[in-house]
Amino acid sequence: MPDKIVVGYDGSDGAKRALDFAVEKAKAQGGSIVVAHVLEWSPYSFLTPTELEERHMRRGEELSRAEEHVLSPVVDQLKDSGVEIDTALKYGNIADTLIAIAKEAKANQIVTGRQGESGLASRLFGSVAGSLAQSSPVPVTIVP
Amino acid sequence: MTQFIKVPAMATAIAICAAPVMAQSLDDRVNEIFANSTGWFVSLIFSPFPGTTFPWIVAWLVVAATIFTVYFGLVQFRAFPHSIALVKGDYSDPDDAGEVSHFQALATALSGTVGLGNIAGVAVAVGIGGPGATFWMILAGLMGMASKFTECTLGVKYRNEYPDGKVSGGPMYYMTKGFEERGLPAGKFLAILFSIFCILGALGGGNMFQANQAHAQISNVVGDYPGWITGLVFAAVVFAVIVGGLKSIAKVTEKVVPFMGILYVATALVILLLNFDKIGWAFGQIFEGAFTGLGVAGGMVGALIQGFKRAAFSNEAGVGSAAIAHSAVRTKEPITEGYVSLLEPFIDTVVICTMTALVIIITGQLVSDPETGLYILNEAGSAIQTVDGNSGVALTSAAFSASFGWFQYVLALAVVLFAFSTMISWSYYGLKAWTFLFGEGETKELIFKVIFCVFVVIGAAASLGPVIDFSDAAIFAMAVVNIVALYCLMPIVKRELQSYNSRLKSGEIKKYT
Repeated sequence: MPDKIVVGYDGSDGAKRALDFAVEKAKAQGGSIVVAHVLEWSPYSFLTPTELEERHMRRGEELSRAEEHVLSPVVDQLKDSGVEIDTALKYGNIADTLIAIAKEAKANQIVTGRQGESGLASRLFGSVAGSLAQSSPVPVTIVP
Repeated sequence: MTQFIKVPAMATAIAICAAPVMAQSLDDRVNEIFANSTGWFVSLIFSPFPGTTFPWIVAWLVVAATIFTVYFGLVQFRAFPHSIALVKGDYSDPDDAGEVSHFQALATALSGTVGLGNIAGVAVAVGIGGPGATFWMILAGLMGMASKFTECTLGVKYRNEYPDGKVSGGPMYYMTKGFEERGLPAGKFLAILFSIFCILGALGGGNMFQANQAHAQISNVVGDYPGWITGLVFAAVVFAVIVGGLKSIAKVTEKVVPFMGILYVATALVILLLNFDKIGWAFGQIFEGAFTGLGVAGGMVGALIQGFKRAAFSNEAGVGSAAIAHSAVRTKEPITEGYVSLLEPFIDTVVICTMTALVIIITGQLVSDPETGLYILNEAGSAIQTVDGNSGVALTSAAFSASFGWFQYVLALAVVLFAFSTMISWSYYGLKAWTFLFGEGETKELIFKVIFCVFVVIGAAASLGPVIDFSDAAIFAMAVVNIVALYCLMPIVKRELQSYNSRLKSGEIKKYT
């Protein structure tokens, strides 16, 4: 079975390095790539009535903005690379959702960058890369 | 001619000399004008059945809640576990992530209702109606769950979804669209009437009562000062949020308010644990008072009226306001939002209000005659005498501070934040009614928002009596219209309910987790 790699991608420099790494790997092994962008979202957050009213509209805006500015440029850039590219765009907890995307796509690897958080916040809440490494059912590569 | 010129000059001179006196009496004058101009409305809503002291509006609400409870086969108890599962997100499609969840709709609706009704309103109920009022309040809360279920199901079913993705819902919409569907007349008329009362309710209970009690709480902590000062500050902040779109303030409030709610209940629980030997006695007082009144003004009926009134005012079941807040949820099944919304009166009234009442009773704020066990009335004979002569939010504050002195400061902060978040919610409900009447448009919306802010100042300056009367009257007037509509549309809810339950049983509606 050829490799299928899910790349957690948010357009940052770290994410670009992770994507490059994954593309090289896919080229070498004849695999394919799923570029996955997750919009941070908790169904348990608190919103004002006006935010509730506008939520559906904002969601549409957020999705098209992400599609246009994050995912499309990647697809354009990689269309001549010879690697098969798919995209996934979802809301949720970033680590959990990347894992769900990997399961759904039957991928056998996840590649992600890291934000290099050290400090109190990541100690309290954990980092995305850390949570991925802990709960992913497939191998995870964290690209520095 | 010269005489004519002198007169305004003299008037100005007098006005300057009298300025300090006028500033002091400004509160009194606002109060007087307000009481005089709203008195007729209040008497109309609270007029008793001929030959009794029982206000017809209280019967109206209780009869409705009872009918819904029976008609939907005790839905509030049977659907309770499923409601919790829905809020947890067990039945939410993961592909709908990013849309308004059941939890968010519930939390927003709750932050509109959990507030002063739970802190000040309960104190008023127990202060006038005695501990027995608590019993009737809990009963009204449990029954009210069925009313809330009915109105919120309809709110989602008949909401308007616009091409730009915005959602508008509420009683105005089910009155017009639902009545049309069933071929009933007067839907539009009811919708207009409801909208008028909704605007008054937004200005009354959703605004003036909040400003009033926030001022009472602040001056209780820092010392007495004129109410219009608090009013101006509050009005400025509300203005910044609803007109200036200052989302950061609203965002902070939305995050702090739930924690305040949890802190409030936790503190109440600690006080109850510290006095656990008196809990049995307190419930004894509640049950005995419910059927005898234990000497309160009006006896058992007095306790009952106060309990029902404060419950309705606090959880707003049957009022129609929640139907506006719950309409934005993303669901294919209107019934699911009905189920979720029935948790609202439970959390608001059965849990939080009861906590407040128990703390007031257990800490011995109400003065009773040691020999007869009956409560002693104050000099005016209108309420039970309290240890320090407190009423409303000050009574709750005294009760909590009896165990934890510092809690009055936390409570002051909580009251201010609760008041603020309730105002923001009601400014939205009022605005929805306003735009339903006058159409959407920036200028039209701005006019309402400015009026709303003016009433913040009036509310803070007026005294509790007239404000609470008007607030109650306006909110109950909404319920009069809304419940008529609920009666007409309840067969539709029943059909939805049966269809949903059979699909749930057959496994067509399935869990995602």
